[in-house]
Amino acid sequence: MIEVKGLKKDFEDLKVLNGIDYKIEQGEKIVIIGPSGSGKSTFLRCLNLLEEPTGGSVWMEDVDITDPRNDINKMRQKMGMVFQHFNLFPHMTVLDNITFAPVKLKLQSKTEARENAMRLLNRIGLEDKAGEYPNKLSGGQKQRIAIVRALAMNPEVMLFDEPTSALDPEMVGEVLDLIRELAAEGMTMVIVTHEMGFAKEVATKVLFIDEGIIKEENTPAEFFDHPQNPRLQEFLSKVL
Amino acid sequence: MGWIDSFMADFNKTFIVDDRYKVFLTGFKNTITITLISLLVGLAAGILIAILRYGFAQMKKRKTVTFGQKVIFAVCWIVDKILALYVAVMRGVPLVVQLLIMAFVVMAGFPNKLMVCCIAMGLNSAAYVSEVVRGGINAVDAGQMEAGRSLGLGAADTILYIILPQAFKSALPALCNEGIAVLKESSIVGYIAIVDLTRASDLVRSRTMAPMMPLLFIALVYFVCVMLLSWGVSILERRLKQGDRG
Repeated sequence: MIEVKGLKKDFEDLKVLNGIDYKIEQGEKIVIIGPSGSGKSTFLRCLNLLEEPTGGSVWMEDVDITDPRNDINKMRQKMGMVFQHFNLFPHMTVLDNITFAPVKLKLQSKTEARENAMRLLNRIGLEDKAGEYPNKLSGGQKQRIAIVRALAMNPEVMLFDEPTSALDPEMVGEVLDLIRELAAEGMTMVIVTHEMGFAKEVATKVLFIDEGIIKEENTPAEFFDHPQNPRLQEFLSKVL
Repeated sequence: MGWIDSFMADFNKTFIVDDRYKVFLTGFKNTITITLISLLVGLAAGILIAILRYGFAQMKKRKTVTFGQKVIFAVCWIVDKILALYVAVMRGVPLVVQLLIMAFVVMAGFPNKLMVCCIAMGLNSAAYVSEVVRGGINAVDAGQMEAGRSLGLGAADTILYIILPQAFKSALPALCNEGIAVLKESSIVGYIAIVDLTRASDLVRSRTMAPMMPLLFIALVYFVCVMLLSWGVSILERRLKQGDRG
């Protein structure tokens, strides 16, 4: 579904990604872990071109999205993204946050989008917050609404960039539960996280990114119980 | 009771005799007209300049490959440089000089001098407004742009509906200052013989030879106008507060 070929990214003199090749199949849940500064968030952000790769290419369903001739906006509509800091639109109500993009892009009529949004809000138990502004919500509520906002576009894949890192510990659970549900429904996902237990449970594959390359890739059981790469062994010994 | 008598005499001379209050009324009307139109021109052009320049800054992030893309990029680059120069010139030359150039060189044959004032002051104000709005745009979290784009919205839609409303809110106090500045700076239009509030006081003063009454009067009128403007903006600010981050 998504194929990454020789992906490289430099920020000025700093080489963040040094050639990553990877293929993500439909329905897979890829969890990416690694030390901070390893390039894992940059890798994720290259998948929908929030960062423009310096080299290599990213293919989604046989379309090279790194080719400027292709309409990146069209491709992004198929890729939902959830950010560490939620990035809800503070000047819009919860409902408008969710319906704005599908209505503006003429993918759904106003009533369709509204119904869709209310159904999604109902699902996460926040239908009574539809008319509120984001500043009235807790971090966990904000993040769940950010997830729902991405879902409202009916994406084919969801990208999560440390979705629980900015949350109070007591709110991490509710957000992870929602991601778990989506995973169980078969959504293709790429998740950058520091939640090892969650990674073990949800992932079909776990990647360890360090120094801008994939140093280890394995099923969660093998990855956590029999790590091969010495850097990964060291990393896991510190975080587990 | 000497001072009351002299006050009444001054008042009479300044406002009543020869219907001189009408001169002030004309002046007031012109001051308000020039301020409002200049502000509208300044806001519209200033916001447009800020959007164009921000849009170009966003565009720089994307690679260009095809010939068409390179041409568009080159055109935008030139427009951006011209706008930068425009802002520098408008801020670097005294407004009075700009007004005189506009009235006697650029629009020399134009009969409606009031419009010339509005255009000169509006174009000048646009430079300041564009910088104020640019500051407001920069104050918006970069994650907002990313969130908009990640949903598949184009750069223009994201700027217009996501970034600008938030930028406008943080720019509002500075925009209010700009409004106040335009109102007060409009007092120079007497240079090209427009009868504004200040010019009205000159005309009356030169007839009555009693300077205090007309000058203090127009000072008070300017002050009250500025107070009203600030009050209006503070109400607007409070209404926009509802979406603030907690």
